[in-house]
Amino acid sequence: MRNGSRERINFIIYIKIYTSVMNNNKTKNKALTGGAAMAEAFRQINPDVMPVYPITPQTPIIETFAKFQAERIVETEIIPVESEHSAMSACVGSSAAGARTVTATSSQGLALMNEVLYIASGLRLPILMAVSARALSAPINIHGEHGDVMGARDTGWIQIFSENVQEAYDNVIIGLKLAEKTMLPIMVIMDGFITSHSVENLEILTDEKVKSFAGEYKPEKFLLNLEDPVTFGPVGLPNSYFEFKIDQGKAMERVFDMYKKITGDFHTISLRNYDLLEKYKSDDAEQIIVIAGSAAGTAKEVVDKLRNEGKKVGLVKIKLFRPFPHKEIAEALKNSKSVAVLDRAMSFGTTPPLYSEIVNSLHGTYYELLITSYVYGLGGRDIFQKNIEKVFNDMINGRYIEEEKYLNSK
Amino acid sequence: MEIGAVIKHDIKKAPKTGDWRYMKPEVIKEKCVGCGACVKYCPEAVIETIDRKQLTIDHGKMSKVKGQILSNEVAQIDYYFCKGCGVCANVCPEKAIIMKKETECVKCGMEAERE
Repeated sequence: MRNGSRERINFIIYIKIYTSVMNNNKTKNKALTGGAAMAEAFRQINPDVMPVYPITPQTPIIETFAKFQAERIVETEIIPVESEHSAMSACVGSSAAGARTVTATSSQGLALMNEVLYIASGLRLPILMAVSARALSAPINIHGEHGDVMGARDTGWIQIFSENVQEAYDNVIIGLKLAEKTMLPIMVIMDGFITSHSVENLEILTDEKVKSFAGEYKPEKFLLNLEDPVTFGPVGLPNSYFEFKIDQGKAMERVFDMYKKITGDFHTISLRNYDLLEKYKSDDAEQIIVIAGSAAGTAKEVVDKLRNEGKKVGLVKIKLFRPFPHKEIAEALKNSKSVAVLDRAMSFGTTPPLYSEIVNSLHGTYYELLITSYVYGLGGRDIFQKNIEKVFNDMINGRYIEEEKYLNSK
Repeated sequence: MEIGAVIKHDIKKAPKTGDWRYMKPEVIKEKCVGCGACVKYCPEAVIETIDRKQLTIDHGKMSKVKGQILSNEVAQIDYYFCKGCGVCANVCPEKAIIMKKETECVKCGMEAERE
């Protein structure tokens, strides 16, 4: 009886603290699709220009945002272009002119942008691009996969993966600031359909908070500044090109510190934690799965289930993929006995992209652990708990069969 | 080092792309009404409209041609950078820009060998 009443009092106090925190922050719960959540973040940011071309499964983003623009809720100028190549070219132009620029794309669209992606990063233009990751043709497939973003991993863009709708929303706000502070373009990635089209509950920050967090975009040099006329994209021949690329590489390395600082600031307004990686019960785990994107949610369920059975398993979720946090990964995996890396993409002729990065992280560390590679969900193929459970059980039993690395394949 | 190779603009160091030109657009000042269509269409942004008074043209002749002076503005082309694409001549509503064969070299002012 005494214990019960104490619990009740604690509960009431908890509710009070919780509601007071909620009232202070004036956060709002909403049920939105991933695309609509990203569009909501765009609305709060109110960018100057959005050159965009529709493609499934990116469409809910521009669909929702165009509605805001039609109702004059935002002052953004949407440029309906004739292709993604033009969309990214217009982004480069508008960003160089000094405008805060965003866009969105998927799959073939991202592939068509490829040439201009290098120009955007080379000119150090902080363009924010929402990517709804989807499989690439052929055969034609519109469903979720990481093949498209992995194809753009060496373009000099920051890449950040989102597990769910909440993260997709938050990453847009964090990403915008990260891009502008480091002067590098950023791709905020969510899984096509799985995140982009499914409705989930999320917490939306107030408009004022996002506005003050994002601040005003003040580029150092821009084309419309007549007092300080500049040339964008001059010729850089063998005597200078090399140094510019080294400088770009160094800028990428500075992203880690800036990310930590920005997510720290973001924590104060949202109370949500964003570290370089998410470590889920991995500190004392003997078997760890490394994964990026929406399947991390399913994997966490499996971790909980196996933990209940007394198995020491854990999960490490990748957030920043470019730049890749090698040191933090090695640190997170050092106490484990075996690690399985689950990729949602293939790299033909070599090992899958994420697996390669993990192996790279552990090179030269002398940690005695076994790393195995699995591929799942290509072209939107479902991944079930039983598939992930199999991976954990394989690790526990020290069993790995090359032919079984493709999860849930026929 | 300049971030992203964004350098200070210096027109003196810029390569004079005008010497790529084969055809040269010429503004017939008497016909130009200063509407600015060519300014907007020029892909090299080398046309501007300036005050007619800055040009030494005969205002009496102008009024004879059109009956009245429509505008104080007139188009002027920067031949150091005009590549002679001919877009301006095509969009001019008054047909006041005509394309002629280039006769002298932009760089040295010498008469071109070609006709």
